[in-house]
Amino acid sequence: MQKPNQPPTPASPDTISKPAPTPAPLTINGKPYFHDGDPDMPLLWYLRDVLRLTGTKYGCGIGACGACTVLVDGKATRSCLTTMLAVASRAITTIEGLETDKLHPVQQAWIENDVAQCGYCQAGQIMAVVDLLARKPKPSDADIAGIDNLCRCGTYPRIRRAILRAAALSEGKAS
Amino acid sequence: MSQAASLTRRRFLQFGLTASGALLVGFRSRAMAAAIPAELLGDDLVQLTAFVMIERDNRVVIGARGCEIGQGVITSLPMMIAEELDVEWSKVRVIQLPYGYEVVDGKPRNRYGDQFAGGSTSIPNAWKDLREAGAAARWLLVQAAADAWSVDAGTLSTEAGHVLNPDGRKLSYGALARTAAARALPDSPIPTKPPDAFKLIGKPTRTTDGRSIVTGQNRYGIDEYLSGALIAVMLRCPYLDGSLESLDESAARKVPGVLDVVTIDGPKPGELFDGPLASGIAVLADSTWAAIQGRKALKPVWKQGPWKDESSAALSASANALLDAASDGIEVRRDGDLAASRKHARHTVSARYEVPFLAHATMEPPGALIELRSDGALLIASMQNPDGASRIISQLTGLAREAIEIRLPRSGGGFGRRLQNDFVAEAVLIAQKAGKAIKLMWLREDDLAHDFYRPFGVHAMEATLDRRNRVAGWAHRCAATSRTWRTPGMQDDPLWKGCLEPDDFPAGLVDDLEKTFYPIESGMPRGWWRAPLHTFHAFAVQSFIDEIAYEVRRDAVELRLEMLGEPREIPYRGHGGPVFDTGRMANVLKLCAEKIRWSERRTDGRGIGIACHFTFGGYSAHAFEISMQGNNLKIHKAVCVVDVGRVINPLGLEAQIMGGTIDGISTALNLAITVRNGEVQQKNFPDYRLLTMADAPGNVDVQLVDSTRDPVGGGEMGIASVAPALANAIFATTTVRIRKLPLLPELMRML
Repeated sequence: MQKPNQPPTPASPDTISKPAPTPAPLTINGKPYFHDGDPDMPLLWYLRDVLRLTGTKYGCGIGACGACTVLVDGKATRSCLTTMLAVASRAITTIEGLETDKLHPVQQAWIENDVAQCGYCQAGQIMAVVDLLARKPKPSDADIAGIDNLCRCGTYPRIRRAILRAAALSEGKAS
Repeated sequence: MSQAASLTRRRFLQFGLTASGALLVGFRSRAMAAAIPAELLGDDLVQLTAFVMIERDNRVVIGARGCEIGQGVITSLPMMIAEELDVEWSKVRVIQLPYGYEVVDGKPRNRYGDQFAGGSTSIPNAWKDLREAGAAARWLLVQAAADAWSVDAGTLSTEAGHVLNPDGRKLSYGALARTAAARALPDSPIPTKPPDAFKLIGKPTRTTDGRSIVTGQNRYGIDEYLSGALIAVMLRCPYLDGSLESLDESAARKVPGVLDVVTIDGPKPGELFDGPLASGIAVLADSTWAAIQGRKALKPVWKQGPWKDESSAALSASANALLDAASDGIEVRRDGDLAASRKHARHTVSARYEVPFLAHATMEPPGALIELRSDGALLIASMQNPDGASRIISQLTGLAREAIEIRLPRSGGGFGRRLQNDFVAEAVLIAQKAGKAIKLMWLREDDLAHDFYRPFGVHAMEATLDRRNRVAGWAHRCAATSRTWRTPGMQDDPLWKGCLEPDDFPAGLVDDLEKTFYPIESGMPRGWWRAPLHTFHAFAVQSFIDEIAYEVRRDAVELRLEMLGEPREIPYRGHGGPVFDTGRMANVLKLCAEKIRWSERRTDGRGIGIACHFTFGGYSAHAFEISMQGNNLKIHKAVCVVDVGRVINPLGLEAQIMGGTIDGISTALNLAITVRNGEVQQKNFPDYRLLTMADAPGNVDVQLVDSTRDPVGGGEMGIASVAPALANAIFATTTVRIRKLPLLPELMRML
């Protein structure tokens, strides 16, 4: 029996998924999964309720707030509006999959700038910024202003600083 | 032997608070398994007091007792304990404590003291008892070292997790913990450090669980699951005090994954809001998605309640009609002789200001995971008021409160929404009907349409000026939806409570003053919304001062300083009192004026505005430099200066003030909840447009006044003066005076 205070037990490919002809398998944080349930189920609820990858948050269910942002083939995507059918054969990265052997530069910059207040929207903010920096390693003010994820606590100034810091960290890593 | 079992035999010290706030020290055996997550129970972990555990390798675990809603108490409160314990912060691991209700010798108490998150009280309350809790643990360790060395404890000192002997020997806390835990604390109070010895308090310190937030590992209330628990999603009656007339649930029950459908009743019209807020239907399913699909398939017929004609336009009209009639008002405060002041006035200035209902819109919507058993219950939810939740569960189930386990995960925002426990009551009622553990999930549509809203009201302001253009008389008449309406615990409060405060500025500073309240009828549930009555009335007061200054061609900062007068303390009976210090208010205003370069005239199409306010013991001033770029309002500079006494964690406080300022901007520019035909009109974020990065200022220039006074909180101090400072800046830029919130729609209407 799962105790609520223990870390969630993410269902491993072996235990929760059955090979299914349709839809095609998908990859989440580098691991293969099969979904044989409702193809219209949004990715958000598959991540949360089925895999217990709860770092991706529910905020509005209509793609307006960005709390549920994940990467689909590297592109920031609102998982509350993305069906399982639409992510067949795609590679998905969630906040839990961002850290490899060490923190991603965006995560590192977030910690250095102590961005989070309640922290609830920050996974979505971080995923949006990972995508932004992949496209624009040196983002302009307008690029940063294009991040339209909502933060109810008002951390925007620190998010802005953390984006610039993450860009600098990424540049340092590249050189 | 299991770890938990070995611990049941250990004796450990216990702290609790009496109702009066005095510190109690207990000494008893107790199983710890419920309080501390099992993975943290190493074999070498020794509990010293209710808040401190020490591992043999000298790592320290400190319990955080507060409800963390983004205000930083999971960091700031343990900092106070670590300071007095004299340990290195880098060696400290913080764990969240559960709700600490227990019954000892027949008397109920909370073993951790105050766990409430409201009114910005966590810091001042912790300042009173958590430092002593840290000092007590340190005292035990020093006594243990004195025994070990057979020396007088008075000769010993501590540093970085060690007790130091003047002869050069030292012992680690880890080595001493076991013998220290077996000692009893003295009856006399244990002295705390003189503030000049602080090493950690006052030092910028990052959120202690920041890493788990940015890696997605942190678990909020919504992230908890329980084996066997069904997901419940509700559809609530859209009408205020409405009810369910009939329901066709057959299609919902056919949705794959849907397992049950139950209904629960809201309060009857006029009853206290001490349970669910509205009548509703809960769909129970094996996944959130199935429950949402089931909800969509419900076919209810809702019946209007007694408020079917209620609309925001009608509320505004009735508020203005009451103010026009000016009869039957409730006297809030009356000083001197305003009639005489009017007679002798050289100028009279008057204006009315309207403020809307507001929703809290926490990023994590309300929700609760609950398991009811015959012998107890488990609640896991994001909350601000676990005490209230414990009472509600006990009332609804008959369970003894000590049999109800409540865990306090990190919350995705609070802002006052979670002071209410309507969502806990709903979860209990659904779980009872379903006969299963359930996890109740609110959708955003539920959250905006079913909230305890910040009251709506109209403020009618009037000032009389003498021959030297000094403010001699002041009338503040407010017609509003009373905050006290149907609120448990507020039935005996005067109707103005939570909307007007008798002693708020400029009371006590103007000879002839009247404050009057006119309650207006509304079916909208009301609650506390971040710095509640302060955001509600500071817009009127501080906009009006600017209007007076303009009318008589005086400088708006000088006029405020003149009204504040000589630095002195005057009585303040509201929360944050007992005094209001005019000197501290004037100081933040002057500092803020300097930072915005108040004396420099702007000639480049930009304008500046300023305002100041006293909230819950904290003094704040805001200033903005703005321009209009087409229909967009651009904030070029945002300044906030605050004096909240001694600063515990400057990095955290700066975040609160920055965040409060942006919350204030977001709310002042665009946010309002409106009602039409007895139904809230806003359904989701597109109807309630929070500020985005694009419209937020790039920076908020926050200045924290250096102070050695006892600290007050910081969560609510950075917001009340935002709206008037922005309105004043808009006037300076456009010569258009906005007297209705939110500002932008009104500005677009008037331009």
